[in-house]
Amino acid sequence: METTLVSRRSFLRASVIAGGGMMLAYYIEPMEKVLAAQFGPPVTLLPASFITIAPDGVITIIAKNPEIGQGVKVMLPMLIAEELDADWKDVRIEQGDLNPAKYGLQIAGGSTATPINWEPMRQLGAQCRQMLIGSAAQTWNVPESECTTTASRVHHVASKRSATYGELASKAATMPVPDPKTLKMKDPKDYRFIGHSMANPDIKKILTGKPVFGIDFTMPGMLYANYEKCPVFGGKVVSANLDEVKAQPGIRHAFVVEPSGDPSALVGGVAIVADSWYQARHARDNVLKVVWDEGPTAAQSSELYATTSVEMSKNDPGQTLRKDGDADAAFGTAAHVVEAAYSYPFLSHVPLEPMNCSAYFKDGKLEVWAPSQTPASGVGQTAKTLGIDQKDITLHLTRMGGGFGRRLTNDYMVEVAVIAKQIGVPVKLLWTREQDMAHDFYRPAGFHFLKGGVDADGKLVAWRNHFVTFGEKGRFAQSAGLSGEEFPSRFVPNFSQLSSMMPSGVPMGAMRAPGSNAIAFVMQSFIDELAHAAGKDPVQFRLDMLANEPLPSAAPPPGTPVAFAPVPFDAARMRGVLTTVAERSGWGKTKLPKDTAMGVAFHFSHRGYFAEVAEVSVTGGTNVKVHKAWVVGDIGSVGGINPTAAENISQGAVIEAMSHAMGYEIVIDKGRAVQSNFHQYPPLRLTQAPREIDIFFVKTDNPPTGLGEPALPPMIPAITNAMFAVTGKRIRSLPLSTQGYSWA
Amino acid sequence: MPYKLTVNGQPATVDVPEDTPLLWVVRDVLGLHGTKYGCGMALCGCCTVHINGEAARSCTTSIARAAGKHITTLEGLSENGTHPVQVAWQEIDVPQCGYCQAGQMMSASALLAKNPHPTDADIDAAMDGNICRCGTYLRIRKAIHKAAEIAAKQTKEPAAAVHS
Repeated sequence: METTLVSRRSFLRASVIAGGGMMLAYYIEPMEKVLAAQFGPPVTLLPASFITIAPDGVITIIAKNPEIGQGVKVMLPMLIAEELDADWKDVRIEQGDLNPAKYGLQIAGGSTATPINWEPMRQLGAQCRQMLIGSAAQTWNVPESECTTTASRVHHVASKRSATYGELASKAATMPVPDPKTLKMKDPKDYRFIGHSMANPDIKKILTGKPVFGIDFTMPGMLYANYEKCPVFGGKVVSANLDEVKAQPGIRHAFVVEPSGDPSALVGGVAIVADSWYQARHARDNVLKVVWDEGPTAAQSSELYATTSVEMSKNDPGQTLRKDGDADAAFGTAAHVVEAAYSYPFLSHVPLEPMNCSAYFKDGKLEVWAPSQTPASGVGQTAKTLGIDQKDITLHLTRMGGGFGRRLTNDYMVEVAVIAKQIGVPVKLLWTREQDMAHDFYRPAGFHFLKGGVDADGKLVAWRNHFVTFGEKGRFAQSAGLSGEEFPSRFVPNFSQLSSMMPSGVPMGAMRAPGSNAIAFVMQSFIDELAHAAGKDPVQFRLDMLANEPLPSAAPPPGTPVAFAPVPFDAARMRGVLTTVAERSGWGKTKLPKDTAMGVAFHFSHRGYFAEVAEVSVTGGTNVKVHKAWVVGDIGSVGGINPTAAENISQGAVIEAMSHAMGYEIVIDKGRAVQSNFHQYPPLRLTQAPREIDIFFVKTDNPPTGLGEPALPPMIPAITNAMFAVTGKRIRSLPLSTQGYSWA
Repeated sequence: MPYKLTVNGQPATVDVPEDTPLLWVVRDVLGLHGTKYGCGMALCGCCTVHINGEAARSCTTSIARAAGKHITTLEGLSENGTHPVQVAWQEIDVPQCGYCQAGQMMSASALLAKNPHPTDADIDAAMDGNICRCGTYLRIRKAIHKAAEIAAKQTKEPAAAVHS
């Protein structure tokens, strides 16, 4: 206990020291606002910006968004080509550079590509088609209304004339761009691309080793850089043995970089630039010695956060996120009351391609080759840090070896830009894996103190959650918040969603299904506990909750852009996926082997409704195996726009959820990340993957929405609920590996 | 000092320090970017190449140890993506981000060279050193079985394979 008290005192001291300075700067805006800020002024998208038709009929379509493996590079062009009524074999896809004035919003985040672009991309295709029809009608002197199209060709059936898009293209380019309101869009039953599997346009290059990723970029005269930062978050360079570093073979430059004041852009460090990257790394590993000023965060640790959270949970909460009825009174009359504390750790994103970026600064202008999920905000931060105008920065988007939210923050872009400006020759910055894990913007840890009550009929009547998280002065750290609307909000008559915040110097950020990737584990596990207390089947207990008439939804915060405005939870859609996953998995009907059980969970996030079941065995008390998983999603009327990618990414979401469940944990000790590479932070391996993952989409009459994130969250509690069904031991914290479990 | 080795059938001489990992020789000296850096500790497998026909992690193989050996990288698997593993990977549409797939295909092709009809258990054993962060494992398993089928067909009908 003495240790705790001492630690707590130093923690409080640290928070006082840091209160107004460095640490507060990490409390950057919630991701929705960060993304929304990228909108800029409204842009009128023009068909000519996206579609080029050559006389030989080749149709080049610009893919505007960053590609992190989610398949957007083919998905957005599919929307254009569909309404253009192109022949797919004529279509070539090109990655667009960053150009928001021409392309509008260019981001990979928040599962937003589909909801934001579904209408405008199809509209561009339809406009271009109408211009081609106009060109044909004029040439043939017939009414446009008598012209039809099929696969890159305009027809006038009555006169038996037809022409290819290539033949019509130059005249079509002179036609007025039609008013979107006058366009007739296709009947979905006539779709030839949407809802049909289309090939990844980079697949051949990937499979033959052509340079497509940021790390593969080269140009003549290019040097290679590494950038070493203080292992303690927010630490600064006091001194470094730069002369010894410079004496190493191949080293061209070694210099100290001062922090910019914005820790999401540039923290202080030492840049080492060499003829080859390995020389830079070798000098960093074997020669570089830095004296650091570690700063106040050095006093913080995961252990201290956990201890502090328990203390804070006993006090009055700092914020009331939502209150319906009187939960505390209702516990007094409930037949069964359950109390439980849940927690989850910090996580690192670990995309397999470590952070990197290339840049060339010449004559006051900067050219960047960037693997970035938010290139526009990267350019803004780079311009500000370098003191140059944004228009003097040209940014080319590269394919990314995964993103998962890590590349929403552009620190590596700013770093290479600073280095490029200093040395004046092309340079590629590459972090080591260890640097990548040590300098992430981590998925925040969190602590939930829950109390729930069910009545004599087994009905959930009261719910109280005191969520202890990170933040300061009433502002949640990024992705460390909780909405008052989060389910089971609105479906429990006596409901209190409360929060308290503690300060932290750990950089935090969005990770695939931000918030939801942890919250689903907590909510769906505790709901399972209550189902058990009520003596009800876990699926039936959930269906009963969803049958309640929902309480009113709170209004979104003023000024929230429509694309990011919270969408009220629709219980009917969730009932649909839950019923379907129960049917597909044979829930309650399948005779399972010894030590094997099914677990269920659902979650609504990023506009998607997902219910999932895992069939899990636990042998010898601790050896866990996921035999099969079922994923049922409702993401609107189409299901997956590109079914092959939709299945792949949904199966990947299950695999990632398994990594979260078993192996992922970043421990903070002395203000730094303890884990450094995959031996301490193990992603799931092929041997551990289920033999089968069943993916199914329920199609409903709703606009299509995104899929990158919402399939992930329910699988974690589906697995841990199944483990409970086998062992009777409730899993209330993650990861499983720290509680003696391992994959069988 | 200069080291001689054979890369994708071509002789190469590289002048780098003896502890330089083969990965960086292949990528930054020879300019073959198919082979990827992921961890630098032989943990993730995305740097996998063949050394004298065996799958090996190039990030922890020094040039001194690779010298005099036959190295095959993804670029050397076939001239234009026609190796059964590449064909199968395309047919099954394996990649998401694609970053790990060079290493996955090199491990898979080394497996198939020794064991033309691997079982699921054989595949699990051979592929356990290759991480896919996107989670394409189910498709990788499927694609290896597919590649085995394609290779078997090519052995039966060698002429057709050449012209396909």
